[in-house]
Amino acid sequence: MFTDFFYTLRKKGVPVTVTEWVSFMEALHGGYFQSSLNHLYYIGRAFLVKSEAYYDMFDLAFQEYFGGISSDPTVLDKVMEWLENPLHRLPKLSPEEMAEFQNKLEDFKKEHDMDELMRQFRERLKEQKERHDGGGKWIGTGGTSPFGAYGNHPGGIRVGGESWSQSAAKVAEERRFRNYRNDLILDVRQTKMALKKLRELKREGTQEELDIPETIDKTAKEGGEIELVFNRSRENSVRLILLMDTGGSMLPYTQLCERLFSAATQANHFKELKYYFFHNVIYQDVYEDIANYKRVPTEKLFSQFHKGYKVVLVGDARMAYSELFDINGCIDYFSSNDTPGVEWLLKIKDHFPHSVWLNPTHKNFWGHYTVDTIGKVFPMFELTIDGLKDAIKSLTGRAKPVVLQN
Amino acid sequence: MAQSGQGYRGSDDYIASKPLMEIVNVSIALGKPLVIKGEPGTGKTLLAHSIAEALNKKLLIWNVKSTTKAKDGLYVYDTVQRLNDARFKDKDISDIRQYIKLGKLGQSFKSDEKLVLLIDEIDKADVEFPNDLLNELDEMTFHIPELDEEVAAIHRPIVIITSNSEKELPDAFLRRCIFHYIEFPDEEMMERIVKVHYPDIEMKLVKEAIKRFYWIREVDGLRKKPSTSELLDWIKALALGGLSVDKITSEIPFLGTLLKNELDTGRFVRLSNAQGTGIFRRR
Repeated sequence: MFTDFFYTLRKKGVPVTVTEWVSFMEALHGGYFQSSLNHLYYIGRAFLVKSEAYYDMFDLAFQEYFGGISSDPTVLDKVMEWLENPLHRLPKLSPEEMAEFQNKLEDFKKEHDMDELMRQFRERLKEQKERHDGGGKWIGTGGTSPFGAYGNHPGGIRVGGESWSQSAAKVAEERRFRNYRNDLILDVRQTKMALKKLRELKREGTQEELDIPETIDKTAKEGGEIELVFNRSRENSVRLILLMDTGGSMLPYTQLCERLFSAATQANHFKELKYYFFHNVIYQDVYEDIANYKRVPTEKLFSQFHKGYKVVLVGDARMAYSELFDINGCIDYFSSNDTPGVEWLLKIKDHFPHSVWLNPTHKNFWGHYTVDTIGKVFPMFELTIDGLKDAIKSLTGRAKPVVLQN
Repeated sequence: MAQSGQGYRGSDDYIASKPLMEIVNVSIALGKPLVIKGEPGTGKTLLAHSIAEALNKKLLIWNVKSTTKAKDGLYVYDTVQRLNDARFKDKDISDIRQYIKLGKLGQSFKSDEKLVLLIDEIDKADVEFPNDLLNELDEMTFHIPELDEEVAAIHRPIVIITSNSEKELPDAFLRRCIFHYIEFPDEEMMERIVKVHYPDIEMKLVKEAIKRFYWIREVDGLRKKPSTSELLDWIKALALGGLSVDKITSEIPFLGTLLKNELDTGRFVRLSNAQGTGIFRRR
């Protein structure tokens, strides 16, 4: 049942696994669902989606699969219109009627499977052109067709109506979880979470963990006189250098970079965090302040920090050809450089093998000569949560050598 | 569900949304742990209390801290005590059992009745923590090597796990759970929540306060947005202070109960003065 929905979900990027699908199916067959889209939506989501980051993709998949209902807003509006102000509400049922209702439900389940029902629903949605109340075939209110609201067809598909705070289709359509998507926004908290993955545990710092085997050993050697042995607990030993572009072309991404910056400075699990700024590309100096006043010779980075430091460069990597490749190509009128920017970048990569470049622009806009070149020096990633995760993977993995043509 | 009326339906002091109720019921029926995520103050922890109360079950709380190890929840073997006792002849140290103390998870397995087990703020612990509990939560059994004994759950406890998303939970762990993200309640829901807590407070005041509350939440760039518990405190303060409804519309008294950060307060006051929305008194 609904197997296609599984593939729709995967296609939309929800990482559903077979295990999850099977337990969802179990629940479905165990009779924990009413045959209503609301149940399918909320409980299905609880089974299949394990992070609010994927809620939006689930919404999209839900819309696509249970399509006819909401993918075309005009159709949905029409359906909702037909269903408004029903002629009669569901009558109170006596126990006998309830029993009969149950029987009907069983019969219905035997006769139709849900896939078939969905197919019919979509078809009728296409055929139906006007409001419909009562009757036994069309989508409407108060009738006995399997589709519609306020009716009493057992096991039918319910479209809108009361009892739930919001109908599933509507919730799905609103896409309220759009802001939770991983590939879209990057707020401080999320960034902090991503940065937490950047760690290398080493035994450093104070000795506070009781080392039991060592304690027993020592105690035995002391002839039973208890001797407690403590060990250093494991701590993150990552040292990070953040180099950020403050050039004019970075202006639209200021907020994004600020978030990354505040997340990195707030994440207190790094052993050491240093940050410097530069303009478009790095030459003989980097700067301690955003306004690029306090110079620090780039060479000093090499003498001060050993190669165990991890380096994250942030910038759009777009500049004039001359800025990257020419002597005195620096964009600032009062600056000059006797070594082209690309040489400096290679030096950095050479000294800090664990370095990555984060680019706030979308991958589609990377087709630029300087971006390509820098992308060959440093592994380049988008400044999104997913990109950041990949970047961290690359930082903690083994460093790859640079291959620059020409 | 087929048998409505049974199962979890929220409790007197806790308003659960309909989807959440259904999800709780399904997870109880299937015996799967339920992972609850959401903004601070959306009632993640209270949910477990409410389930325990509504279903009349005992509640065990395992508060996870950054130093908590998965094994702590199963059992602790007090080696140092045993080592210490070994020096004196007055105790029989060959019986290891007396040095094994069951943790919260172990207790919930051994219990004679079905329990509600709350694993609170699981994300506070190390990244590997949830992975170490995979089998224990899936099969509801664990092994004590020191005794060579298997502890199996007599009754599968109802396991509620809360997470503040400080760290992401591992996929393998989530695969075995049911997941629900509690959205921040909308105004209508909030009204019901306030009513449950303070049934006596004038409705007009509550309505107005809630309106202001959501307005404050929408102020851009607050370091800490006020949450439900802060709203409740604020409304209580307003009611105790005996302020009239007009007062709230024109100014925001007791701002300190809502905004707990000096920077936020400053920013907020500046912003609203710039917008000309009235005078603010800081208390």
